Amino acid sequence: MSDTAATSHTAFVNGVALWAPRIPGWPVAAPVLRGEAAAPEQPAARPAPALLAPTERRRAPDTVAIALEVAARACESAGVDPRELASVFACTEGDLAINDYMSETLARTPTLVSPIRFHNSVHNAAAGYWTIGTGCMQPYTALSACQDTFGEGLLETLVQAHSSGRPTLLVAYDIEARGPLAAMQPSRGIVGASVVVAPGACDTSLARIRWRTARGTERTPALPRNAALVAGNAMAPCLPFFEALARGERRTLRLGLSPSMLLEMDIDFPTRNDGSWP
Amino acid sequence: MTPLRITAYSVACGAGIGVPALADALRERRSGLRPNDFTEVPLTTFIGRVPGIEASALPARLAEWECRNNRLAWLALCSDGFFEHAVAARNRYGADRVALVLGTSTSSIGATEEAYRRLLPDGQYPEDLRRPIVHTPHSLGDFVREALGLEGIAVTIGTACSSSAKVFAQAERLLRLGLVDAAIVGGVDSLCGSVLFGFNSLELVSPEPCRPFDVARCGISIGEAGGFALLERDGANGPWLLGYGESSDAHHMSSPHPQGLGARLAIQAALQRAALGPDAVDYINLHGTASQRNDEVEARVIADLFPAGTRASSTKGWTGHTLGAAGIVEAVIALIAMQEGFAPGTLNARELDPDCGPQIRLLNETTDVRVALSNSFGFGGSNCSLLFGRDRHV
Repeated sequence: MSDTAATSHTAFVNGVALWAPRIPGWPVAAPVLRGEAAAPEQPAARPAPALLAPTERRRAPDTVAIALEVAARACESAGVDPRELASVFACTEGDLAINDYMSETLARTPTLVSPIRFHNSVHNAAAGYWTIGTGCMQPYTALSACQDTFGEGLLETLVQAHSSGRPTLLVAYDIEARGPLAAMQPSRGIVGASVVVAPGACDTSLARIRWRTARGTERTPALPRNAALVAGNAMAPCLPFFEALARGERRTLRLGLSPSMLLEMDIDFPTRNDGSWP
Repeated sequence: MTPLRITAYSVACGAGIGVPALADALRERRSGLRPNDFTEVPLTTFIGRVPGIEASALPARLAEWECRNNRLAWLALCSDGFFEHAVAARNRYGADRVALVLGTSTSSIGATEEAYRRLLPDGQYPEDLRRPIVHTPHSLGDFVREALGLEGIAVTIGTACSSSAKVFAQAERLLRLGLVDAAIVGGVDSLCGSVLFGFNSLELVSPEPCRPFDVARCGISIGEAGGFALLERDGANGPWLLGYGESSDAHHMSSPHPQGLGARLAIQAALQRAALGPDAVDYINLHGTASQRNDEVEARVIADLFPAGTRASSTKGWTGHTLGAAGIVEAVIALIAMQEGFAPGTLNARELDPDCGPQIRLLNETTDVRVALSNSFGFGGSNCSLLFGRDRHV
């Protein structure tokens, strides 16, 4: 490997959000991921994002509802105006429910496809609603990379934050599969995860990341008891990163970028007594 | 920004497979559009269909990825010597030092649609389509990664019709940070029911071959295409990526910002990154879909931002709107304009909309094209403009 590949870049996590049915929101999720609290037994209902008009909240596709919820919470916790942020939307499978609807309708009565469901079927639907809802004219992107979708999404967010010198928003999510397609992409439940990543620290910074790409296949797993909270969802590979943020202990984490490439991160945290960086 | 060299590029679309074939079609004003013969249920429209896909199976080693979209990707990979250039770059830099960033809007959803048409009585997929990799958006990126033996960053971008323009921006950032030494960018989108009947449901599909910027235009013609470009810091020859600009409309899911605010931001950011003024641009390949709203808004933006001497046109009368592949196809057309010394006109349009300024041309013109801009605007208000130069320094 060449020397340039081993150079680390530094970034800070200035805002965080996580949502899954049994860990609905970072204030609930963080103590559960630390092992300090049990996850609620009753799964939470799908979030209803305040960004959408009341009539749209109920009708919004699951992908849009979860993405807007975690994006808004991450921006709040970072104390940033969403209109200022370029964003990266990462979703492994797209809207599996709409894909099922589209494929079924096309097989039976193609001329009756719903125009709204069609324009909601694009991979960037959630990103579109987010920028419309917040009035954000900064660029967004929307990507996928099978089991490495979260890793590629986080990499692109880190790269954008570094190259623009500005905070950048990552929004990662996947939903439950429906119909015959579920046999091919058996994603379960709803998971949304979001961070605001910035090149510099601020009052809200909860972690520092020194990151690089590296050859390899050994991805860091989540603790088994935590993994069960998102098991079966296509965005489950995001969990080790959020577990590390919740636990607040210095560690090195490896996420997949492709079958033989990793995003390697040394994550550390402000010291407890005075909040300075070690 | 520091310009990047485009050391190889390829294209396959309804108007031609390979750069020389597309250049000939452009010069001779031969459209690749034909009456819709793709859908089983009739739909009166014209399509940019790539001939021969049905008859050209993937090599056996890639059979797992078999589907129309990946066949079209393979066709474009094998065009213009691109495969050999890509493999040479992989061998030169290392398989982990070449990023793969590809765009698509629907990837291989056509395979999922087919599975639903052919479901077994018990509701299961037919045996031959029980391959999860062709029922996921990253089907395209994963296929090309495997086909080229790459071992680095590999990602599929889906921002609708700006997808395969935005890949240039993402690749530039990866190169600038030193994470890779080269990047293969591009995109592929193939005909499928989702887009034909989807755009039909939005009443955006034209019953006749699309007429971009015509006063009587009546919608888009959908096409399929694939294309690739190899980006390096330098190389023996090839044109240059001088700049790019990205923005969001923040306005509507399927309709552009009425004043084209997002489009303006993207164009201005591309010029700014290249440190060039609008007068440096010789030719603009417009998004020009032939939808009422896009062409009206884009025509006004161009009339406002550029001098009368800048030539601008939409080439969708040749290729159709190739959606997630439009960015790379029209990037290649901009490169053809620079290489061949002519600015394509606007095929099928007869009388320009009064919104058009003097920049938008109907006829091809022989002219020195040193700098070319290409616009790609997508659903969800995603805009991207790319700026290319024949030479590194303008």
